[in-house]
Amino acid sequence: MAEDKEWESSETTVAEFHKRIKEAFEVFDHESNNTVDVREIGTIIRSLGCCPSEGELHDLIADVEEEEPTGYIRLEKFLPVMTEVLLERRYRPIPEDILLRAFEVLDPAKRGFLTKEELVKYMTEEGEPFSQEEMEEMLSAAIDPESNSIHYKDYISMMVVDEN
Amino acid sequence: MGCGSSIAKKPRGSDKAIRAAMIIQNWYRSYSARLKVRQRYALTIFQSIEYANEQGQMQLSSFFTFMLENYAKANEKERELVTRIFRNDPQEKDREDYVKMINVPESYNGPRLQFPLTFTDIDLLIEGFKQQKILHAHYVLAVLFEAKKVLMQMPNVSHIKTFPSREITVCGDLHGKLDDLFLIFYKNGLPSEENPYVFNGDFVDRGKNSIEILMILLVTLLVYPNDLHLNRGNHEDFLMNLRYGFTKEIMTKYKLYGGKILKILEEVYTWLPIATVVDNEILILHGGLSESTDLNLLHRIERQKMKSVLIPPISPDEEDMIDSRKNKGGGRKGRTSVILSEQLLQHEWEQLVDILWSDPRGKRGCYPNKSRGGGCYFGPDVTSKILNKYHLKLLVRSHECKPDGYEICHDGKVITVFSASNYYEEGSNRGAYIKLRHCMAPRFIQYQVTKSTCPRTLYQRVNTIEGSAIRMLKERMIARKTDLVRTFEAHDHTKSGKVSLGQWAFSMESVMELNLPWRSLSAHLVNTDKDGKINYMSSFEDVLIQKPVKEVQSSIIETLCRYRSDLKIIFNVIDTDHSGLISVEEFRDMWKLFKTHYSVHIDDSQVDELANKMDLNKDGSIDFNEFLKAFHVVHKFDTK
Repeated sequence: MAEDKEWESSETTVAEFHKRIKEAFEVFDHESNNTVDVREIGTIIRSLGCCPSEGELHDLIADVEEEEPTGYIRLEKFLPVMTEVLLERRYRPIPEDILLRAFEVLDPAKRGFLTKEELVKYMTEEGEPFSQEEMEEMLSAAIDPESNSIHYKDYISMMVVDEN
Repeated sequence: MGCGSSIAKKPRGSDKAIRAAMIIQNWYRSYSARLKVRQRYALTIFQSIEYANEQGQMQLSSFFTFMLENYAKANEKERELVTRIFRNDPQEKDREDYVKMINVPESYNGPRLQFPLTFTDIDLLIEGFKQQKILHAHYVLAVLFEAKKVLMQMPNVSHIKTFPSREITVCGDLHGKLDDLFLIFYKNGLPSEENPYVFNGDFVDRGKNSIEILMILLVTLLVYPNDLHLNRGNHEDFLMNLRYGFTKEIMTKYKLYGGKILKILEEVYTWLPIATVVDNEILILHGGLSESTDLNLLHRIERQKMKSVLIPPISPDEEDMIDSRKNKGGGRKGRTSVILSEQLLQHEWEQLVDILWSDPRGKRGCYPNKSRGGGCYFGPDVTSKILNKYHLKLLVRSHECKPDGYEICHDGKVITVFSASNYYEEGSNRGAYIKLRHCMAPRFIQYQVTKSTCPRTLYQRVNTIEGSAIRMLKERMIARKTDLVRTFEAHDHTKSGKVSLGQWAFSMESVMELNLPWRSLSAHLVNTDKDGKINYMSSFEDVLIQKPVKEVQSSIIETLCRYRSDLKIIFNVIDTDHSGLISVEEFRDMWKLFKTHYSVHIDDSQVDELANKMDLNKDGSIDFNEFLKAFHVVHKFDTK
């Protein structure tokens, strides 16, 4: 994504952000009535290149929700809040080296890998725990079936390549 | 809420480990969300191209009306053609007439059916199809004939009951995907007196096994006429089948007998019931409703007069015009009035199109279905109004592919159910069916047919779907290359070969007429330089349209590529004996009509020249399938 270069902070930037936000929103607006299911708002925000934590996401949702939550988010409320997020460049993506260091913290013996059990334990018991579905999905790509472990350096570079 | 802060207060592992875990979780959630959005974008591409094609298909109806008028005023020979195309001779033959000349050879090792059919024939058929056997044309014709007889006795709307303790299973679009039907039967059991089913239209087209699905459904109908209910879908239409594959499937599988099968199939379609009502509460039909939907009228309409959505009734005014023209030319009055007595009234026809083609939307009211080009969009207010009017509680409809196989909207009053999993591409969507039980909320059962034994990662799944969506999109782009380049250049004042993202997205939207998130898709379609400028020619680098004849100009090539499917149907309609051949003369006539109607600006001489070149053996006829196949898009870097 080329956000960095669109950084002219002019009105055209705001207008362009509006269009991008609307585009991303519309794909989830199944009934074409400028609303989306609140459960999909995280996906929309993340698809716009932001990486909020679950906690930050909850706060953000609280900002855009109706006073009496309906389970749906209206574009009208979402658009100004999200534009601000993009303008202020909040929730920047996590760089590769930080990610690698995070894995290294969980591997104090510096073996270069985590066992499947270790990974599952950290991801489902610490921090903002994964649901079972999220865990299974992560494991399907992360675990080398022969050693039943995750070689995180290879894993990270594979994931980065995947995305580009 | 704010689980980050609660954890900070009461740490379980070491602070460092928690922070590390959070970074990984946070990163992974974003990664996975981005992939899921890409998957959604791919589905959006598939769907909007699908609807754009349907729109093209629906536009053919005005072309056929146009053709009818133009041919009607022309000479005798051409009028013959019109009658041949748009009128059916009533066929009151008995079964023997259909099958007597077609013997099943000793060597045939597929299923052998015995009339009157019983449940053992259903087993036999399913077993045979699981072994990829093809049912002999003799049986296909016999089943179609018997099914037509039974369907003719059925009312337009079937009324059924879940009471006392029967659950009814409702399945949506199957689209020739036999594995999905097998999976449903495996999970839910075969249809029987204790296990009734409603199949809500679109049994055929797109998938490879439409005839097998249709045969299983019709044989089951013959065995359990009170327990299997079929609703007509918008693809149970012989002109739709020409574009979407079923006609081709039949001709490939049945060659010599294909034409005969198609003929009777056309009639079977028209006799399919159009809706089912369960317990006087739940209305099941294929598409949806409109403001004017009148169930009483739909109950008494002569449904068999609806031959195809592409053949709208001719208005009486036009009839006058045609007749007066004919009189001038010393014509034969009365020919068109015969046609008229066989057609529905305009408002009856519209009622049927609406229930077969409409989609629910969140916006109130009822407005034309612009993306499909037929039926309407109906809002929650329309649903409430129509359901209340007839004391109904729920509408179950199909017609739209949903990622989860079903979707509930309009405050729970409308359920969409779609039973073809992997509809667009392996992994694109799940399929579902619904179980209805008296006084209980509907239950949904979801599934997905998989071929591979090892589970694929999210990335692999998304990549496959995205890849084929982008391919499709690029094929559409190359067919509009001239127009696209002209529009880009209008923005590119300095002739740098580059435009801004906004300009590019605007150009794409105005030329392609697809409602897509162009900004987000740009990364997959074009190269962007470090200043965020788009090199607009880069999307054409890896695709090109094959030129069968070197000298032809790109404008004609692009036009043929763009309208390929439309032309194929028009040629097929003229080619009533399904020989695959039309005369060079017919080709020229048709091209002229086509050109006028679609406002295509291409010099006749170019097309004449092309037609002569395509008549390879100089016998005055053109193999139009070969002709159109010649104009296909090539992906340069294909590894396959």
